Amino acid sequence: MSTATLHETTHYEAHGDAHHDHHHQETFITKYVFSQDHKTIAKQFLVTGIIWAIIGGLFSVIFRLQLADPNATYPWLEDLLGHWAKGGKIQPEFYYALVTMHGTILVFFVLTAGLSGTFANFLIPLQIGARDMASPMLNMLSYWFFFLASIVMMSSLFVQTGPASGGWTIYPPLSALGEASSGSKIGMDLWLVSMALFIVSSLLGGLNYITTILNMRTKGMSMTRMPLTIWALFFTAVLGVLSFPVLLSGAILLLFDRNLGTSFFLSDIVVAGKILPNEGGSAILFQHLFWFLGHPEVYIILLPAMGMSSEILSVNSRKPIFGYMAMVGSLFAITILAFLVWAHHMFVTGLNPFLGSVFVLLTLLIAVPSAIKVFNWLTTLWKGSIRFTPGMLFAIGFVSLFISGGLTGIFLGNSALDIHLHDTYFVIAHFHIVMGVASFFGMFAGVYHWYPKMFGRYLNNTLAYIHFWVTIIGAYLIFWPMHYEGLAGMPRRYYDFSNWESFKMFGGLNQFISIIALVVFAVQILFVINFFYSIWKGRKVTTQNPWEANTLEWTTPIRPEHGNWPGELPEVHRWPYDYAKDGKDFIPQDVPVGADESKH
Amino acid sequence: METEVIKPKNKIHPHKFTLWVGIGSIVMMFAGLTSAYIVKRNQANWQTFDIPIAFWYSTILILISSLTLHLSLKYFKEREMKKYRMLMLTTLILGALFFVTQYFGFKSFWNSGMTLQAGVSFSFLYVIVGLHALHVIGGVLALIVMSLKAFSTKTRNYSVVPVELICTYWHFVDILWVYLLIFLVMIR
Repeated sequence: MSTATLHETTHYEAHGDAHHDHHHQETFITKYVFSQDHKTIAKQFLVTGIIWAIIGGLFSVIFRLQLADPNATYPWLEDLLGHWAKGGKIQPEFYYALVTMHGTILVFFVLTAGLSGTFANFLIPLQIGARDMASPMLNMLSYWFFFLASIVMMSSLFVQTGPASGGWTIYPPLSALGEASSGSKIGMDLWLVSMALFIVSSLLGGLNYITTILNMRTKGMSMTRMPLTIWALFFTAVLGVLSFPVLLSGAILLLFDRNLGTSFFLSDIVVAGKILPNEGGSAILFQHLFWFLGHPEVYIILLPAMGMSSEILSVNSRKPIFGYMAMVGSLFAITILAFLVWAHHMFVTGLNPFLGSVFVLLTLLIAVPSAIKVFNWLTTLWKGSIRFTPGMLFAIGFVSLFISGGLTGIFLGNSALDIHLHDTYFVIAHFHIVMGVASFFGMFAGVYHWYPKMFGRYLNNTLAYIHFWVTIIGAYLIFWPMHYEGLAGMPRRYYDFSNWESFKMFGGLNQFISIIALVVFAVQILFVINFFYSIWKGRKVTTQNPWEANTLEWTTPIRPEHGNWPGELPEVHRWPYDYAKDGKDFIPQDVPVGADESKH
Repeated sequence: METEVIKPKNKIHPHKFTLWVGIGSIVMMFAGLTSAYIVKRNQANWQTFDIPIAFWYSTILILISSLTLHLSLKYFKEREMKKYRMLMLTTLILGALFFVTQYFGFKSFWNSGMTLQAGVSFSFLYVIVGLHALHVIGGVLALIVMSLKAFSTKTRNYSVVPVELICTYWHFVDILWVYLLIFLVMIR
């Protein structure tokens, strides 16, 4: 062995310990701001995500005001928003900006960065028994790129012509031509710059998550002994690393069309009576590039919620997860299929019907791994000694929402039905339930479950129960009626339905949905208050393993320092789901296998 | 444990692994662009073009540079530091020359009327080749850092990892270039 290799190896081995020794010298800046500790970075992602969620949620409340009564005026809105609500009436341009930003913020900034960023950072090193990520530096950069992306996106809210308003899918020509609408001007440029930064952030994060999981597992932690959370976060990172670059390529071509006069996506366009010189482009091409990311993105949002719910359901049922390998296999199947179904978003683009039927088949195939997962979650709960902790309630809520939203996916995956239902409220209802609210439930489950590990304190339970019950009932009351509106053909993204005879009958229903939306939003504020209050004033955690769980994060001190374990890294001897085994309630992963122990 | 080091079994260095995943990610971006190119080619208004002659010189240069860098890694491992330094510097110069030929390629393409806005097929060439060139810049920057280190007398770090990393990355942009060239020649 050459000296070079020797050096490399010792460096590599000593890496974690070196960190551990240094943490005492940290200043405020290196500990809380430019921290390289994965736990701090996770909290930074979480808090930034919460701020975005409040803004994105607030936007939906404002546009629901418009939908509740298109003729109403709210003078206080003018005080708040100036010319966007002239005379207290939400302006159409502003309405479109609101829906666009609501989608962008919730899909990317909250349910991608806020969810994966938080839990991949927090749980991967803790659950696989590593002192930190493979590259703490890249990890820190990942957060700060996200922060920069946030600043740019935030600033687009304050430019005179407003933020992007062509829908979160930024289809050209609306997004490619500055003259198309007020939101197509500087707001759209800022959107693209922000997303480019965001993509860099999520790539840096994803690279790190994959490398850490494959390379940094502690002794005995074979792949098949990993908690399902880690499997889910692993597949999420793979999806991100392979699909975000394709969106980036689409965004680059769009930037060229916007600023350098190329015609990748533009052809034969007339704006205000003037024929544009652009020729030979295809707007549909952008849709292909967008949805090649866009569909995997759905699973980037959903898989972490699946993984965390699996873990929490098992812990709080005091039972092993049912069908561990089937759970891993179905995650893998979903990951593969995620790349093969993008055109089901494009059934009405004049897609070749034969190609359409291929995408129908592939889309409906997703029902198989999804059904396996649902079956396994239910059988895990079956005859368990269930503890209804707030985290558990949200995990069960996740399963409920995933079933309800998943079933309507079978409708929409069929092109014959989709041609009728495309761009109606049926689609809104479907994806809000199955990926929006369901993933939020996964995220809440994760926050409630791992909060004691994050902050060494508990969240207030009473507030948590109120939060859960109002949110789940509210979510169904909001989105269930939208299916009926959609079946009746009510299109999404319309500013005012009162002009259409056929949709007038939904006036009362729209009002009802808006009132519930307001209530549900108010309850989320309750959660935010609970979250921040409990960081300083919550009940202190006094035991190392408050949920009596098997995974490694509960073998660290109550408030672990940088480096996670004060002494040696724990050694793993078993899978993480040894609950109710051989007369024992639970057996943590670092307990050696006894001589007379039965097999699981 | 003075001299004996327990090497983790079958474990690739985390930084190398990260690079490989990153390469996968870059591949996906170019896969996206070249797929878009194929889709667009089958539609109306597609104009064919010939690859500028300078791009063939680029190809020769980058292929040789891959070889010199590979040899430089070999000599690094054999601790032949003098040869290592010279080959590292040669690679850097070849990388810079690659850039020059790319510039002349673009220039001749542009001057023969195939400007960025003249047709979608030309726009694609500028974007695809340009993005590849940006990735080469990344490699050249890394080569500059490595060369500075190689010639610095203060350096005491003899870890092979950074050399291997730049070597892998450079081979990758080389192979990517060859792929793109074949792609642009075959599918017009």
